[in-house]
Amino acid sequence: MTALPGFLSKWKKYISFFRLRFAMGLQYRTAALAGIATQFVWGFMEISVFYAFNKTDPAAFPMGFDQLASYIWMQQAFLALFMTWFMENEIFDSIMDGNICYELCRPIDIYDMWFARSIANRTARASLRCIPILLVAFFLPKPYAMTLPTDFLTFLCFAVAMLLGMTVTATACMLIYMLSFFTVSPQGLKIIFTMTAELLQGSVIPLPFFPPRVQKLIELLPFAAMENVPLRIYSGHISGGAAVKAMLLQVLWITVLIAIGKFICRRAMKKITLQGG
Amino acid sequence: MIEMKNIRKTYRVAKRNAGFREAVRSFFQRDCETITALDDVSFSIEDGETVGYIGPNGAGKSTTIKILSGILIPDSGECLVDGRVPWKNRIEHVAGIGVVFGQRSQLWWDVPVADSFELLRDIYSIPPDLFLRNREELTELLDLGEILRTPARQLSLGQRMRCEIAASLLHSPDILFLDEPTIGLDAVSKIAVREFIVKLNSERKTTIILTTHDMQDIEAITKRIILIGKGKILLDGDISDISGSGGIDRTVAELYRAYEI
Repeated sequence: MTALPGFLSKWKKYISFFRLRFAMGLQYRTAALAGIATQFVWGFMEISVFYAFNKTDPAAFPMGFDQLASYIWMQQAFLALFMTWFMENEIFDSIMDGNICYELCRPIDIYDMWFARSIANRTARASLRCIPILLVAFFLPKPYAMTLPTDFLTFLCFAVAMLLGMTVTATACMLIYMLSFFTVSPQGLKIIFTMTAELLQGSVIPLPFFPPRVQKLIELLPFAAMENVPLRIYSGHISGGAAVKAMLLQVLWITVLIAIGKFICRRAMKKITLQGG
Repeated sequence: MIEMKNIRKTYRVAKRNAGFREAVRSFFQRDCETITALDDVSFSIEDGETVGYIGPNGAGKSTTIKILSGILIPDSGECLVDGRVPWKNRIEHVAGIGVVFGQRSQLWWDVPVADSFELLRDIYSIPPDLFLRNREELTELLDLGEILRTPARQLSLGQRMRCEIAASLLHSPDILFLDEPTIGLDAVSKIAVREFIVKLNSERKTTIILTTHDMQDIEAITKRIILIGKGKILLDGDISDISGSGGIDRTVAELYRAYEI
């Protein structure tokens, strides 16, 4: 094992960081139960509203109703992967109160470390919550029930798009962490960012419910590369060439967001001031 | 070998008078004042030395430690630690040093201390056998034992500080920076920490730089002291030279008065 190439041994630290963080995430059981309950009620409410809408004018409904039900249940089950407001206060606190000085004393890249940490947190939370929600959602009565994807390839595409979508979400949140090095309080930035993201990533209403021309534009933004792509691939609303194009756009946004994030990180390290103690 | 030459570091601090009107005014026009934290600081420290770095609050002690550990970049001046410029290649530099900030914690709050140690093993890429040897040795010297299985949040301050010190030595650094390691500790813990540091220096030949307000720490641990005030080095010499009659506390208080700091 000593012959591990430098590349692997470099990754080992981030992986073990991920492991510890993941293990920590698993210990918050009560929070997980509360989360599951909330997401059930929320999912049920949303589907009811759309059901009423569909009843009034089925012709104006831009998705199949079972597509919508799948969209919403998958969204609720994997909420923790895509929610932009799900940022870590510990990171903001360490920037504001100066505890970050310990992290700067480690032979480790701050950006990579926080990124590993964000991914670990999100996957730990999602893995605790998704199974009960998915199980129940499959056995609900007809209009409310979730359906399986049409074929295995669709499922595979969904899985890849979901990982990409989570990465887009995490890298976008990294921008907010990095920018808060330059502000006294991160609150304002956080609120503007999460509000915009909520609306434009399709978590308030799925993007097909926007006017077609607006939708076209929104779909190019990084926000649409978060949950919009995997959820619509799963429900079968986009497939084939459109799905591939959407996933390529996800990859593009990940590259851009990481580049910007790392750039701001380097700037922040140069002008950092640590107060007190 | 640590060398600092003509290091300068300033901070900008926003200031305003009290009151609502002043607050509104400062919204449009902010008055900034430049505070000089370090003003032409130079010293050098040999391998294996123990140095007490003292001075009143706000003198620039922590700023110096942070520059030496690569966290802060000075405005001007040169600094070499074992041939490395700390802030130039931070990641390479910090692999060779250990730092303890007495007022902060590096342990993960919700997991047993042993888990934090294992994370540090991977972060520093410590070879497994070296890690085990160091952990065993530190456990014995600092009397950690059962403490390692406890989550950090449930430790007393004394227990936690012993773990913090152990945590910063797992990778066998050649240089250890201690920033107020005994702050808030009871007599027993203080003595345990001091004895450990002395032993560490004599056995591993670790270079130790210690900042503290507790002059007994200084007397027990270091041979040389550097006194800093208002960002300037005021005195650099052997501890026996300054500990005159009336104890070191009194002498240092007199020094502070004499230098008007």
